Amino acid sequence: MSELLKTPLHDLHVKLGARMVGFAGYAMPVQYPAGVMAEHLHTRAHAGLFDVSHMGQVRLDGAAPGALAAALETLIPQDVRALGVNRQRYGFLTAPDGGILDDLMFANRGDHLFVVVNAACKVADIAHMRAALPAGIAVTELADRALLALQGPAAENVLAALDPAARDMRFMDLRDLTLAGLPVWASRSGYTGEDGYEISVPAADAAALAEALLAHPDVAPIGLGARDSLRLEAGLCLYGQDMDTATTPAEAALGWAIQKARRTGGARAGGFPGADTILAQLDGGTDRLRVGLRPQSRAPMRTGVPLFAESEGGVQVGEITSGGFGPTLGAPVAMGYVPPTLAQPGTQIFGELRGKRLPLEVSTLPFVPNRFKR
Amino acid sequence: MKFTEEHEWLRPEDDVIVVGITQHAATQLGDIVFVELPEVGTEVTKDDEVVVIESVKAASDILAPLDGEIVEINEALPDNPALVNEDPQGEAWFFKIRPSEPQQMDEYMDEAGYLALIS
Repeated sequence: MSELLKTPLHDLHVKLGARMVGFAGYAMPVQYPAGVMAEHLHTRAHAGLFDVSHMGQVRLDGAAPGALAAALETLIPQDVRALGVNRQRYGFLTAPDGGILDDLMFANRGDHLFVVVNAACKVADIAHMRAALPAGIAVTELADRALLALQGPAAENVLAALDPAARDMRFMDLRDLTLAGLPVWASRSGYTGEDGYEISVPAADAAALAEALLAHPDVAPIGLGARDSLRLEAGLCLYGQDMDTATTPAEAALGWAIQKARRTGGARAGGFPGADTILAQLDGGTDRLRVGLRPQSRAPMRTGVPLFAESEGGVQVGEITSGGFGPTLGAPVAMGYVPPTLAQPGTQIFGELRGKRLPLEVSTLPFVPNRFKR
Repeated sequence: MKFTEEHEWLRPEDDVIVVGITQHAATQLGDIVFVELPEVGTEVTKDDEVVVIESVKAASDILAPLDGEIVEINEALPDNPALVNEDPQGEAWFFKIRPSEPQQMDEYMDEAGYLALIS
């Protein structure tokens, strides 16, 4: 087992008293002394600063903008060509069988595309892009950059105090900013359901930027523990858990992220790996669907809990893929896969926990309303 | 007061033993969000899983430290699991057990031994 990698903020995490754990090959802060619950609630009420430097930041260039967008469209089912300059979109790399290789954010930067992929997948994603994109397109990992997320209702004021241009951005805009004298680019996006920003900064400047943000009284450092409970309450998928190579976009209820132009009857329908399967499922349905689940007792139901239609007997109909306690709701929340016949919000199903079948109610997602600045 | 390697504390009170988890354990577990206690009257054997506690991070089992009968449970905990973080070695006791083999207490550490274990 090789040594864990360190992000540029490692020393700062240690100084702040973080409990460090291994995650996707990196030493990452799972929580600070405040603890997961307080960090979660702080983010929803004020602003939280997250180190997400383990994620892969990738630049695609080497072709004219149209050709570059067309090339990426061969790997993902999203509409890249219609994406305006300095706009960002959510997407995913698909496999020939319709499975999901990874989910990602991609942005049109005019002369290049900027892509952010999951830490655990970044080596494979980059190799896949290099192998599959036309010769001439350069796939460059921006390994000399850190990525910070500032999330929560106070994020706009915190960032605008450093660069007023931050206030003019709307959800999914990307912009070059100067924060505390440091050149960065930031998108108005995140993984918490809150308004906020994701900030790409040269690694050498990352600690100085983090300290400048933490100097604001509304900002607290937030670990991976709260990042997970925040994204779960926001109904957002975690790759490797809520979707993977064995789940398709339609099964994962990610059809909203596949724009019209790439769907059946669209201007550029198909043309991405697994298109036949994925489009057929978007049109005709699937055998299972990702849904939100609200356990009806206080007991959290976590990943792997088997789901049943009945309180006793019967065969397993699905499984929880993410679950835990939602601090904002003060109650357990979960996501999992069920057959379409059980996917209607309000449907009661059962999860088997420690040998007992406990009721859950199928719920709409997100559990906590999004507060994006659209 | 005695301590187990499973981070439980055992406090004799008349003819019963009061059981809870240590401050160290509560800190390690993080914010407790769920506690499931056994029923009063349950006969347990040492190392039976008698309590389930869940933090925001994970579920943990608390094992019966002794053979005996559960004679009282802390009714306040299921409705207020956070009490375990606030006062683990006081208000947030889990259950009282009437031991059938009281000499099993001798197997456990005193406070100095426990502090050495976690240091």
